[in-house]
Amino acid sequence: MLKGKKVIAIGERDGVPGPVIAECLGGAGLEVIFQVTECFV
Amino acid sequence: MNFENQGIIKRLADQYGPENLAVVLGNGDAQGAEVFAETVTQGDPTYAGPLAGVPLKIPVYHVLEDEVMAVVPEKLREERLQLSSLVIDVEPMRQVLQASREKL
Repeated sequence: MLKGKKVIAIGERDGVPGPVIAECLGGAGLEVIFQVTECFV
Repeated sequence: MNFENQGIIKRLADQYGPENLAVVLGNGDAQGAEVFAETVTQGDPTYAGPLAGVPLKIPVYHVLEDEVMAVVPEKLREERLQLSSLVIDVEPMRQVLQASREKL
């Protein structure tokens, strides 16, 4: 599924922020190549 | 999705190949997740950003989906995601994103 993929983490201000996603996936050994926190309105 | 981030994702897809990428979202509601997923699979639905007419077909997941949570180390899951998993209803997003992945 995610194994071997380069991951783009798009967090949301009212959900899970990008840096948290990146930290969790990085801790899983995945390569996060971009992370950001968007504000969906 | 804002235009700056669309541009960055387009550039990364050009650099690495979209087939080598996955997007993991952290949206708090299914509507936002659906729009973001559409943007990186079918192209910008507003037809205004850099991904307008660019169907990258990148598979999209939500960080709180079981498949993603399962790979996150337990300590990080408890410290960083447990609270979010209590307040965010992930099921509607799982349905939207699973449908999006099945269309790829």
